[in-house]
Amino acid sequence: MEHLIAIFIGLLYACGVYLVLRRSIVKVILGIFLLSNATNLIIFMAGGIKRGGVAIIEEGAEVADPSLISDPLPQALILTAIVISLGMSAYILALKYRYFDVTGTHDLDQLKNTDQR
Amino acid sequence: MGNILTILVALIFVAAIFTPFLYGVWRQKTGLYLSFIPLLIFICLLVEALHLAPHEGFILDTPIVFLPGMNLAFRIDGLTLIFGLLISGIGFLILLYSAKYMAKYERQGHFYTYLMFFMGSMIGMVFSDNLIIMFMFWEITSVASFFLIGFDHHREKSRQAALQALLITGFGGLSLLFAVILIGNICGSYNVSDLLRQHIHVGNHPHYYLILTLIILAAITKSAQFPFHFWLPGAMEAPTPVSAYLHSATMVNAGVFLLMRLYPVMGGTVFWKYSLMITGCITMFLGAFFALGQRDLKRILAFTTISALGTMVLLVGIDTTDSLKAALVFFIVHGLYKGGLFMVAGIVEKTTGTRDIYALHGLFRSLPITAIVTLLALVSMAGLPPMLGFIGKELIYEAKMQLPDVSWLILPLSVGANIMLVAVAINIYYQLFTKKKDREDIVLHYKEREIPFTMLLGPVVLAISGVLLGLYPQMLNALVSNALYFMGNIVYDTKLSLWHGYNDVLRVSIFTVLSGILIFILRKPVTKLIVKMIVWFDIYHLPTLFTNSINNYLKGAARSTNRIQHGYHRYYLLTFFLVVMALVALQLFRMKNMEITDTAPGPVKLHVLMLLIVSSLAVVYTVFTKSRLAAIIALGVSGYGIAMLYLYYGAVDLAITQFLAETVLMVIFVLVIYYLPEFAILSNKKTRLRDGIISLGIGVFVTLVVLEARFLQLNEPISGFFAENAYTMAHGGNIVNVILVDFRALDTMGEIAVLTLAATGVYSLFRFQIKTIKKLKRRGSQELTEPDSNN
Repeated sequence: MEHLIAIFIGLLYACGVYLVLRRSIVKVILGIFLLSNATNLIIFMAGGIKRGGVAIIEEGAEVADPSLISDPLPQALILTAIVISLGMSAYILALKYRYFDVTGTHDLDQLKNTDQR
Repeated sequence: MGNILTILVALIFVAAIFTPFLYGVWRQKTGLYLSFIPLLIFICLLVEALHLAPHEGFILDTPIVFLPGMNLAFRIDGLTLIFGLLISGIGFLILLYSAKYMAKYERQGHFYTYLMFFMGSMIGMVFSDNLIIMFMFWEITSVASFFLIGFDHHREKSRQAALQALLITGFGGLSLLFAVILIGNICGSYNVSDLLRQHIHVGNHPHYYLILTLIILAAITKSAQFPFHFWLPGAMEAPTPVSAYLHSATMVNAGVFLLMRLYPVMGGTVFWKYSLMITGCITMFLGAFFALGQRDLKRILAFTTISALGTMVLLVGIDTTDSLKAALVFFIVHGLYKGGLFMVAGIVEKTTGTRDIYALHGLFRSLPITAIVTLLALVSMAGLPPMLGFIGKELIYEAKMQLPDVSWLILPLSVGANIMLVAVAINIYYQLFTKKKDREDIVLHYKEREIPFTMLLGPVVLAISGVLLGLYPQMLNALVSNALYFMGNIVYDTKLSLWHGYNDVLRVSIFTVLSGILIFILRKPVTKLIVKMIVWFDIYHLPTLFTNSINNYLKGAARSTNRIQHGYHRYYLLTFFLVVMALVALQLFRMKNMEITDTAPGPVKLHVLMLLIVSSLAVVYTVFTKSRLAAIIALGVSGYGIAMLYLYYGAVDLAITQFLAETVLMVIFVLVIYYLPEFAILSNKKTRLRDGIISLGIGVFVTLVVLEARFLQLNEPISGFFAENAYTMAHGGNIVNVILVDFRALDTMGEIAVLTLAATGVYSLFRFQIKTIKKLKRRGSQELTEPDSNN
């Protein structure tokens, strides 16, 4: 199963990189989304995933057995990453909107100086 | 006395800083008032000099801390006093002189600032006991001279000359710093007095040759020795008082001073002798030789300065007590006559409007005092009695004759150089002051009595000092002996006298003068020859070569910068990806032999497989679709797929967050997308193919890395800690949430800050275009800030 997920991550990366290398800024942004998703998955995998229980201590118990639950640490890290990438994505989109508004182009090659159109 | 000296030197710098304001008050009198500071310093030093015991050298400590643990301390001994007296004395005359000379210049306040800094740092350099502080002052002189040479900065030539001087002397300064640090490391002290007291000589140290090379580099760049001599003729672009000061007592003599100061620590080895002798010899001869071919009075003088500096370096290199004595005396001689001659050049330029000696003649009648003063200075330059120059030259000849093995080479060259100097001296006087019948009288802008007293004072005082010291040279005996004691640690009783019998030295002197006169008589063919040689030399014209190499360097830098910083976003990324790929490949290759304990992979579940297939198709569709909306939806599908994957592996919180984030993102995207252009294919097929291959490569490598990383457990994970303590310490059941809000609460706060920033950014980006916002609102869309945290 892990091999398949690794290949899936590879695919996400390939597509992300391809999009980031485009000249159209909309595609670049799509590529960034893909890459951040893929990176989250890598962190998740790096924790050494195993199908375990939810990382919640059961009612009445004081301690959870680490071998029974899925690793909580990467989850916490990724959770933060997801939220931050959401904030960043929203910002990039707004920036892109303004950028197109001001420069009138979406071709990165046309954007070689800060002059407005 | 010592305290007064410290205060006065500090006063120079204080005055330098406030001069632009003082100039607003004092106007034309600024130079006059400022000149009191060097005058007082001169008097102080003179008193010190008169009280100095034969083998006495002492330190004046000051409370001024330059660097931690490094107080500014003045070292007073014969050597520093000789230099200090000349610097302050001539500095006084120069300030008086510039008060009138600079009267019509703009930005005089700045001029005095630079000049005072120059003077102060020169004095500081000579007197400072600490080598590091000496280096600092050395650099300040370079910087100050840059501003002074480039003072007429509206002229390109001036700027170029200033830059040249700065680059060359700055290069020397760097080598000096390097050398000083090495010396300090070897000797355990940066203080000159410690080095002298302990008789440390670094000659046996393995780094000796490195240090010596660096020191010599510093000295010959500063002192304009061949092949770095060319900045000095360029530096005559400076206003004349500056040239006078720069040539006579300061700046170029700093290199000679450095050699003399470090002679006890470094000197006397074979390498020292020959490198200095060769450089000095070449410089001495070339300078004197080229001087005769020049027309511009200041340029002629600049070349004779080069020659004189060559002589001093040569003498320090010859390395006998006699030669050191000769070098010291010659420094005084040169300072006195060169300062005077430059000031005369300034007077001639002011009164006639030109410095071309061949355009002038018959000035004696109109400028008699100037003429007499010039004559005295030129006699000193030619080395004739009764001037001090005569004694200097006799000493030089004597020192050179005593050399057993190389005198056959050095003596002819130096006699040759002196012959040329005699010819130059006669030529200057002849062209400027004697009357030529076939030419019209020169029209003067001023008469001599209109020349202000302060301008004439300098050359007159210097010429008279030259005569006086020539007639009563014993006045110098004590100082020179003291300096020699600290240079060579030799107890030596200097006895200078004008007449020392009819001997070989005198015979050579007479020969020199006669040949000089002969050359003067034959000046036309000789000059023609020299000019021809200069033209031939111009192929290797060093200033041009220097400028060109600097320009080419800049061009090369610009070219390589343009190539690297091309501004194409995707090529930066491409470079980045390729490098990462290469590094990953290298690392994977190196890990090939590592032992891997493969944990059994989990079984392939059909529904997960289908999930992956659907997500993959969505991702690929995102790349290739032409519809913007479809691309976003496909992106969303893949995002949801990832969320499901999280869910499958029991990461409930992650899955929820991913769902929410993906949804919000899609909403925002859909809102914005219709204000954005449609997808267009901007690149050609070949580019797409290349990018596709690179992306696939990256994909493959990432896959490999993920597979490898799975087996890698470098450290014991700390997850167990959280699992054990989530409830007992933080009283929360959901371990992931407890980590976020309790154990790593600060991280979460940072995250919230990021979100706030992003929200502010988004808001302001939209806010600035109110019209567009209104348009948005008309369409019934909501404010486009994203919801807060999802935790």
